[in-house]
Amino acid sequence: MEFGPHLMLATLEGAVTAAVLALTAAGLSLVFGVMRVVNIAHGEFFMLGAVLAWGVTQAVAGPWGYALALLVAPLLAGALAVAADVTILKRLSYDPERTIVATIGLLYILQQLTLMTYGPEARPVVAPFDARIALPWVEHGAEGWRLTWPWGLGTTVWKLTVIGAAVAVLAALWLFMARTRAGLVMRATQADREMATAFGVPVERVYALTFGLGAALAALAAVLIVPIQQAHYLMGADPLLLSFIVVIIGGLGSLPGTLVAAVLIGLSDGIISVFFSPTLAKILATLLVALVLVFRPQGLFGKRAA
Amino acid sequence: MSLLSVRGLTRDFDGLRAVDGVDLDIAEGEVRALIGPNGAGKTTLVGMIAGRIAPSGGRVTFDGRDITRLPAHRRMRLGMAYTFQITSIFPGLTVAENVTLAARRRVRGAVLGAAVTEALARVGLGPRADQVAGDLAYGHQRLLEIAMGLAQRPRLLILDEPTQGLAEGEIAAFETLIRDLAQETTILLIEHNMAVVMALAHRITVMAQGRVLAEGTPAGIHANRAVQAAYLGGGDAAD
Repeated sequence: MEFGPHLMLATLEGAVTAAVLALTAAGLSLVFGVMRVVNIAHGEFFMLGAVLAWGVTQAVAGPWGYALALLVAPLLAGALAVAADVTILKRLSYDPERTIVATIGLLYILQQLTLMTYGPEARPVVAPFDARIALPWVEHGAEGWRLTWPWGLGTTVWKLTVIGAAVAVLAALWLFMARTRAGLVMRATQADREMATAFGVPVERVYALTFGLGAALAALAAVLIVPIQQAHYLMGADPLLLSFIVVIIGGLGSLPGTLVAAVLIGLSDGIISVFFSPTLAKILATLLVALVLVFRPQGLFGKRAA
Repeated sequence: MSLLSVRGLTRDFDGLRAVDGVDLDIAEGEVRALIGPNGAGKTTLVGMIAGRIAPSGGRVTFDGRDITRLPAHRRMRLGMAYTFQITSIFPGLTVAENVTLAARRRVRGAVLGAAVTEALARVGLGPRADQVAGDLAYGHQRLLEIAMGLAQRPRLLILDEPTQGLAEGEIAAFETLIRDLAQETTILLIEHNMAVVMALAHRITVMAQGRVLAEGTPAGIHANRAVQAAYLGGGDAAD
């Protein structure tokens, strides 16, 4: 394949990574922004989303099973996160250091419980609809510009659906935060917990729902990607690492920064993985994090702590 | 019957007695000023009334109900609104969003928008509803704070040094606003500016070293020697 079509293919792959990453990282960023909790177990909620999607599609076959999984997996993962918040994080008074240790514990509990029940196999989930589509390329030949259909340049309907769905969910999340009263209450809690309490905001309930929403976003991202990736009990590690990279580069707690960084990291991961190696992509992303931490610790879009 | 009644309220900070057995009764509809030199314990006392500081001893009764152990947000629901000494707004949110947050406990649904508009119009911030609160001038931020208090339609509005940092013209407007508000709500005003206190208060309570030194009408307090002594020669109090 020529360089041009090859780059386009890599960009498309990167866009899928970016879309899923943006959803996952938005959940992590939301939890950190509002609750100041660094949720190490975030990747496990992602994994749970994929595993639950497998379970639901086993119970109910066909496209309806998948549609049900889209609804049930985020809801169950979210409910579990709410329970974890009320039973664990709340009892630690949301202390920043102790919640890190607690969520590390939660990570292993979720992972091992999945291993004990679901098992060590990677299992596929079939997309509700899919088809390959070939993509055209413009080439300058002897008789001027013409459209060609290079062999191997193509994508699937499902990949485009994943990108579209992620954009739609993120737009809905933005509308929720900016336009609804619940979103306003969450932003107020994020800005100043104590003052929000003084104005009658039930901060503990806001925290529980935020933690649930963050986990549900990760689970939803996993349900979208699982037809491409397969469900496995260790699949949470990569999304966790990449989410942290994205959230640090974008600025902890800044949703727009998270989205921009997700596109940046997702695309570069896709392109570098195709042309060089996935390891190099991770090395460069981690190097970028180091540079951001040294030269702009608040992240690209974050505000400097007062 | 008094709306707010405080009995023997005491607070120790590491052996230091900031508030020492204070009794206070505020009648419904009254504008009460609380004055005293720095460190007299005014802010601590008000913090205990609003539920932001736990008392070491004593009792707070609001509308006949013992609220000594109630957290701040529950007291707010009973009709107590409190603006802090330091400007307490959400600087990252818009003016309208700030007031919405304050009003959302009292009204819900479609009426909420109207309540926000009304509170902003009351303090004259209507045209600035969509500005980010942190970009407002200081005087306007204090007004926003009062609008946030008003939006809760409180039975008792506690204002902690509301004129601090305001310009002369702004203080005149503030006095008009408070006279207007006094028609429908009881006000407890902690204030350093004696001209404002003398102009607005029905009664004045003077604190010094954690205790109530004197209580009376503006004219009575003005003539009180003990009060003048507490203000180091009395020049300040008489101004």
